[in-house]
Amino acid sequence: MPRIRFDSVEKRYGQTQVLPPFDLTFEDGEFTVLVGPSGCGKSTTLRMLAGLEEVTSGEIWFDDRPITRLEPKDRDIAMVFQDYALYPHMNIAKNMSFALRLQRVPKAEIDAKVDRVARMLGIETLLQRKPGELSGGQRQRVAMGRALVRDASTFLFDEPLSNLDAKLRGKMRTELAEMRNTLDKNMVYVTHDQVEAMTLGDRIVVMANGLVQQQGSAEELFKAPANAFVAGFIGSPTMNFLNADLVEDNGTLAVRGPGFTLDLPPDFGARTRALSGPEVIVGIRPAGFQLASDRDARGSTIDLSIKVSEYLGNQTILVTMCGDHDIVVELDSAARFQRGTTTTFVVAPDHIMVFDKKTELRL
Amino acid sequence: MATARVKRMTPYMFLAPAAAIMIVGLLYPIGYMVYASFLDWNPSQRIGEADWVGLRNYVTLLHDASFRESVGVTLTFSAIVVSVELMLGVGLALLLDRNIRGMSALRTLFILPMMIAPIVVGLMWRYMYHPSVGILNQTLKSWGLEPVPWLSDSGWALTSIIIADVWQWTPFIFILALAALQSLPRSALEAARIDGASGWQQIIHIKLPLMMPVLIVTGLLRLIDSFKVLEVILVMTNGGPGLSTEILSLRISRTASEFRELGQAAAMSNYLLLILLTLTIVMFVYNKVVESRAQAIRQQAEEV
Repeated sequence: MPRIRFDSVEKRYGQTQVLPPFDLTFEDGEFTVLVGPSGCGKSTTLRMLAGLEEVTSGEIWFDDRPITRLEPKDRDIAMVFQDYALYPHMNIAKNMSFALRLQRVPKAEIDAKVDRVARMLGIETLLQRKPGELSGGQRQRVAMGRALVRDASTFLFDEPLSNLDAKLRGKMRTELAEMRNTLDKNMVYVTHDQVEAMTLGDRIVVMANGLVQQQGSAEELFKAPANAFVAGFIGSPTMNFLNADLVEDNGTLAVRGPGFTLDLPPDFGARTRALSGPEVIVGIRPAGFQLASDRDARGSTIDLSIKVSEYLGNQTILVTMCGDHDIVVELDSAARFQRGTTTTFVVAPDHIMVFDKKTELRL
Repeated sequence: MATARVKRMTPYMFLAPAAAIMIVGLLYPIGYMVYASFLDWNPSQRIGEADWVGLRNYVTLLHDASFRESVGVTLTFSAIVVSVELMLGVGLALLLDRNIRGMSALRTLFILPMMIAPIVVGLMWRYMYHPSVGILNQTLKSWGLEPVPWLSDSGWALTSIIIADVWQWTPFIFILALAALQSLPRSALEAARIDGASGWQQIIHIKLPLMMPVLIVTGLLRLIDSFKVLEVILVMTNGGPGLSTEILSLRISRTASEFRELGQAAAMSNYLLLILLTLTIVMFVYNKVVESRAQAIRQQAEEV
């Protein structure tokens, strides 16, 4: 399987620059997920890789082979589209075998391949039907099957699950995760759903406004986000952000904002050198809060007034207010909270992330 | 009760004006024509004075060599113009289905011939086909080639009227084919590119099959229209030389006005009507069969 490398690839539509020149490398055999909000350029990146969009400047390499000027069919790729893009006038067997038939592969071989993939995906009884006669989930499998039959070195997925309902999406996600382990292929997967990205990707590339914000494993992105955008995008419920000032209090660094003063870890001082001013953004994940009444509670206290309490079984999600900011708190306990009451929580120093107000980079 | 009845009647009330127009403008003349086809009727007589001759007009026509030649000319003309127009129209649509500068102006230019009145088209082409001063023969002469007897030779005349009809009506197929092309699912075409289909293979395996329903209807419309063509040919050749371009509608008009055989003209019209009706019904039944077979397969598949 080739190593895929984007070398200062740029995309413009006329005068509008959608993707400023960027570099990106997908390692051999890796499952890479491009994730970001809509309009961030992730689909364009994938379509340039597929050869469906022209590259304005720069070069895409498969190992040492430049492929930027090649037709899609000469790139040894298979692709699964968001709307499945099945051929409506062909039955499922014909849909899946289209590429092989164009290559004039012997019929017996085509039948064997289609049969094997159809069994693997559990669609062997549907082969004689037309796409219009299938449910959304079945079409999704056929689209996947059509890509798998090709036996290409690289698989591209363009939001393949976003047209499915929530339950089916979860199921297909699990199946995809299983498939990832059994297939030794390069896979590039585009999604706007950070849960899909976290569960599927060996490596996740977070994009926003045409720029690669950060890349790394799910754990790296969650624990050490490069900037406020990544911190807010990865993780569910999303991180809480508060404006604050960096202050020094009795030799320990702390962040202070309207209604709270939170101590930072003792070794934090070294990280503040890159700071452009005293103003910072404080990020705290919803799970970073504990009730002050807990026995193992440690850290600085913060008073939050409860706006909404959502009981979800194992967790309780609280929407609370700190000043005029909404703060989401996720607690394990199923304790009941009264609307309108104020409760004291604690935040441990290592649960606090601090971002430069100007650059939004994490300290 | 009363309001329920009014509610039920409402759609019929809205349909009534159209129904009245259909009856006065369509059913009445057709009934009149069918009745007239059973008469030996001269234009100087009133319809009540004409003799009832039963099916004699129909039988006479079947044995009439001129009528049979006219049917032959019509079938040849229709078959050729519809196939040529389909090929050219679809071909042009496939070529021009892209975003280039000035495309919309070009498209408007392409459909201009369709908007010209048929009589004018006939006159235009008659001048262009003129043996000595027509632009076609002038051009041929300036290239040192022999002039072509466009309308005066019975071998060339049919070709000439076919060229004129193709010129006028290819745009019709073109715009409908282009609309069909542009409504094709983009992602299916992209999938085909990734699956390795070349431009030609995309056309043959994806674009044409997906356009087929539109093309069938378009072709049928053109076929029906081509059976009824009159003015252009009337102006260009008036059916000649000999009977070489005398298509059915021209024959009907001549039988009525020149030969003063209103009964026979009506019988001919009915033959034409029957041909068109058969065509339409065949197409309708074909569609129904295809549809119901698809449904049967679907049901079968769901039961499994």
